[in-house]
Amino acid sequence: MKFGVVTFPGSNCDYDAYAAVRHILKGEVAFLWHKSEDLKGCDIIILPGGFSYGDYLRAGAIARFSPIMNRVVKFARSGGMVMGICNGFQVLTESGLLPGALIRNSHLRFSCKYVYLRVENNATCYTNTFQPGEIIKIPIAHGEGNYYNFEGDIDKLEETGRVVFRYVDNCGKVTREANPNGSINNIAGIINEEGNVLGMMPHPERAVEEILGSTDGLKVFESIRTACSSMVKTMGER
Amino acid sequence: MTNKKSKKAVVYVRLKDGVLDPQGTTIQKALVQMGYKDFLAVRSGRFFELEIDAGSSDIDRKINEVCSKLLANPVIEKFEVEKKQ
Repeated sequence: MKFGVVTFPGSNCDYDAYAAVRHILKGEVAFLWHKSEDLKGCDIIILPGGFSYGDYLRAGAIARFSPIMNRVVKFARSGGMVMGICNGFQVLTESGLLPGALIRNSHLRFSCKYVYLRVENNATCYTNTFQPGEIIKIPIAHGEGNYYNFEGDIDKLEETGRVVFRYVDNCGKVTREANPNGSINNIAGIINEEGNVLGMMPHPERAVEEILGSTDGLKVFESIRTACSSMVKTMGER
Repeated sequence: MTNKKSKKAVVYVRLKDGVLDPQGTTIQKALVQMGYKDFLAVRSGRFFELEIDAGSSDIDRKINEVCSKLLANPVIEKFEVEKKQ
């Protein structure tokens, strides 16, 4: 299986994602250029963090119209796996692949620190190697990560297990203090209805080695690999 | 600037009612701190000036299209268009 990492002008976590897959996971990975429409046969596309197009207009608003995104949207709509991290999450909401919007942090500051997350759903392609309710430590680095959606839509996400990660304290409690940006219900990551598109504000690719302070993020990449290999296996059995 | 004959439209984009506006809230707090206690709430937004080819057809539809596709995010924002001669 092969990972693809998109580079937009202004992406700055593309190399981190690439390195996490190539050097830590020891997987196959390719960079995908924003002007290209070639997904190079990748099985999972990562939209990385950064400030695509300088965050002009709204974070992710312009990246959404880049040539590679035409292909990524089609790929996602036909069931392909797409994960958006931080700015990538913003691109996914702007492009309509995920519901809601990411607005200014409620305190207006850029926040760069380790946070605790609770894995709310471990039955996804991105979380299958986590324990249910596992508390993990992964860093955030954003100014616009305040997840917003209308009440009815939030209820729908909650009821269908589509809130995948939630900000919690180190004991796993959902508190106001543990919420770094004002997100509704402490939402840190969500998945689409079909289960193939995930968006999360925290950076799993920055938590893949002890020297970085945590290896919890690596499990996201391991889960993707597990999901992809079981998909290939099922296809082979047919 | 183009040499072509043009007309203008101004697009105002603002957050929908009920959507949290941390910037507006902070500005309002600053005003109160400055002594301007009369300003009870501030909502922030932005505007765009569009210069449009005077000969273009179906322009209302096109303006609406660019507003909902790019200038505003319909999930959280609404827009108004003011056409000028």
